[in-house]
Amino acid sequence: MRYAEMGYHLEVDLATGNIERVETDPKITELHLGGLGTSVKIHWDRVPPETKPFDPENLLVFSTGLFNGTPAFSANRTVVTFVSPQSELLAYPMMGGFWSAELKYAGYDKVIFKNKSPKWVYLWIKDDHVELRDASHLKGTGALEVQDLIRGELHEPDAQVAAIGLAGENRCFTASIEQSRSSSSRLGGGAIMGDKKLKAVAVRGTKDVQLARGDEFMKHMKDVMGYINFRNSNPIPDVMTIMSGIGSPQEMVHTDEKWHSESFSWGNARTRRKNFWTKEIEESWTSTQHAAIKRLISCFNCPQHCGALISYKDVPRYMMKCFSKLTYAMAANVDDLGFSFRTVQRAQEYGVDGFSTPQILAFAIELKEAGILTDKDFEGAPPDKEGRFIWLLDRLVRREGIGDVLADGTYWAAKKIGNGAEEFAHNLIKKHEQLPIKLSMLDPLYFLMYSTNEKISITQIEGNWPQAAFATREQRERFVKEWPQLPDEKFKQYLLDWEPRGEKGIPYFPTPDMCCEIVDWMEMLHNIDDALGVCAGMASFCLKPPYHINNYPQLISAATGMDVDRDELKRKVNRSRNLHRAFNNRRGMARADEKPPKDHWKNRFPELEENLLTTYYRYKGWNDNGIPTRKRLEELDLGYVADDLEKRGVLTNGHG
Amino acid sequence: MATVKKRIRTIKVDADKCNGCRGCEVICSAIHAQPKYSSVNPARSRIRVITHRLQDIWLPVFAGEYARSECAGREVYTIAGKQYDECGFCRASCPSRGLFKEPDSGLPLKCDMCEGEDRPQCVEWCLSHVLTYEEREEEVEEEAEKLEDLQIGLEALADKFGVEKVKDAMARLSRSE
Ligand code: SF4
Ligand code: SF4
Ligand code: SF4
Repeated sequence: MRYAEMGYHLEVDLATGNIERVETDPKITELHLGGLGTSVKIHWDRVPPETKPFDPENLLVFSTGLFNGTPAFSANRTVVTFVSPQSELLAYPMMGGFWSAELKYAGYDKVIFKNKSPKWVYLWIKDDHVELRDASHLKGTGALEVQDLIRGELHEPDAQVAAIGLAGENRCFTASIEQSRSSSSRLGGGAIMGDKKLKAVAVRGTKDVQLARGDEFMKHMKDVMGYINFRNSNPIPDVMTIMSGIGSPQEMVHTDEKWHSESFSWGNARTRRKNFWTKEIEESWTSTQHAAIKRLISCFNCPQHCGALISYKDVPRYMMKCFSKLTYAMAANVDDLGFSFRTVQRAQEYGVDGFSTPQILAFAIELKEAGILTDKDFEGAPPDKEGRFIWLLDRLVRREGIGDVLADGTYWAAKKIGNGAEEFAHNLIKKHEQLPIKLSMLDPLYFLMYSTNEKISITQIEGNWPQAAFATREQRERFVKEWPQLPDEKFKQYLLDWEPRGEKGIPYFPTPDMCCEIVDWMEMLHNIDDALGVCAGMASFCLKPPYHINNYPQLISAATGMDVDRDELKRKVNRSRNLHRAFNNRRGMARADEKPPKDHWKNRFPELEENLLTTYYRYKGWNDNGIPTRKRLEELDLGYVADDLEKRGVLTNGHG
Repeated sequence: MATVKKRIRTIKVDADKCNGCRGCEVICSAIHAQPKYSSVNPARSRIRVITHRLQDIWLPVFAGEYARSECAGREVYTIAGKQYDECGFCRASCPSRGLFKEPDSGLPLKCDMCEGEDRPQCVEWCLSHVLTYEEREEEVEEEAEKLEDLQIGLEALADKFGVEKVKDAMARLSRSE
């Protein structure tokens, strides 16, 4: 009997149409847990480093996490992994929604796609019945629209469907995979689906997910529920509203956007508008938002309300979540929030990443203003900025004219355009567009998270540690008082000593050694969430969450029957973390790539930054080039990885 | 006919507050697993959330009586501009749909108000306050004793396969025990 996991994968060869149900080895679960952890192992074993993103050998893996389908609140993430067309590294954008629990109930932990289909297809999974179905009639449909079309033609109202739109079909590098109210959007999974001519994956399941010690599991879950209720009615004091609760940013609930609109940059991540949030704006944005939101909704088995059903004027209905509310308006420099509500619908049906895409469009506008793109590139564009933005989006997803170049994202587009365009692709890490945040003083913690995490997307790296020091001693004391989420008591002192400025402030405090410990903690928790399929909003992404390093071991033990304590859990995710890094190292990623955008902070400290990076690498057991040492790999039972890295000359004499 | 005191237990549903999480389905199936909490499978749940996301329909419905045959009519309700089709509000475990049937045996499921628990568990675990539990006493006319689960199950089997076949199967089963 397998507990928490189902013990089977679906292997789909899109070239031949062959589908196999393959039993998995429980040892792999013991070593890598599940979700991202076990997916990384598959990519390491089966995708050689020469594989290009659009090669048939590039595997596309849809994975559940160990807790999906169990009664664990908010365990609903689907982890999609593939070599990204943008970064050319192993990407793992996740989506919430309802898909992964359904796949578990159908009897599978993962669906692994290899090769390319000769014609458009979608995969339909209903328990033991699995078939590739013709999708030629669905080509060109919207990523949201097609979900209902597929439910309709299958007569399966309860099927959950993950699908791509036009952007994925046309292999745009920022194409997303959409599903219900959620999307797996960063780094171009939609492009890989499109390249494989896979329009959608639909699933319906009616099987049992087993728990090893259900009674014990539910006892712990009751505590988790108690905490969720407590935190929902007792927001954390002394921090911004958006950080005071749990769940992903409650962007659909909150209307106060002073912080985002004034602290984040507008246009192509350029201008901060420090006095933007006037009384009139507040009134107009609040009433627009209230008029647009029909109902607040959640993902599978989650009590929060991060998403909303949007019904805005004549715009067809769709569902929105998180920060996409602001990205289009801010990138287009449009003060009317209605522009976002209108544009996101279009963007979602096209299936594009709501962070990268607006930035690419803003980048094109800047290039035009700088004379690098010409009137000819913009032939046919409406004169107003709203119209022009939408026009560019339409070109991008169809790869028409200048859209064909822009569809590869700012890094690759700038390379193609040349003529100084590279300077305008300024907000990248590892070729991937970042949040438009431009700040003044170097933050050593963020420096490390930005530079070194395989996620390459800051929004999902940070977490339990506050984003900034508290102003007063009393506030700090209040914050450290109830802090059951801590991996070690010493962090309380770090926080008490941390001042907004001066000697005990950034960039020199927390010290590099402390920074390593804090960043390692954030990273560890994200890796646990990603293995379990738990929403980061309920664990690694927020301050004082319901799940943490002190209750996860008990929950995992009760669910799976493997007895896992804190140290063993850390070891498991550290193993996957190092394997992921080695996969990327094998593809060429190294120290030289690990840097935040040049203009992320105004005040930079090159020597300190180098020191931070070196200190962190040593803390992690990596060499000075950011590659795991043989010693570290062997400690984590990854001797075979060291052998491979040495054979390829990535690691020399065990040091690199 | 004599009257007796009856404990009336109701769960009020405020569907407007439902966020569509299906947590109620999860907990209901977990609590009825044998042994309790040993597994989860919303398809076995006695509450199901009828969902049409873009139509703004998230409607928790409890499993009611077993219906031997489907009903003749099909109602379509329009409430506040939303169309609830056909069997939307119906609680029956009925041949016309897959709802409220054990996935492997096809046997009907019925909400038992979490017999044996302090309170209905879907109410406890719905943190969006959609479900409210109420208890009151009413004088009612005495009625024939309610069919127990076993009997409902047997009746459904008899409908499906005929009494004789069920009898045969039972006889075989008792021999092999
Ligand atoms: S906290 Fe929000 S994003 Fe996370 S699972 Fe719940 S509803 Fe989804
Ligand atoms: S648990 Fe509550 S909010 Fe969630 S689906 Fe059920 S009734 Fe709706
Ligand atoms: S009251 Fe109990 S049996 Fe009835 S639906 Fe709710 S959880 Fe299920």
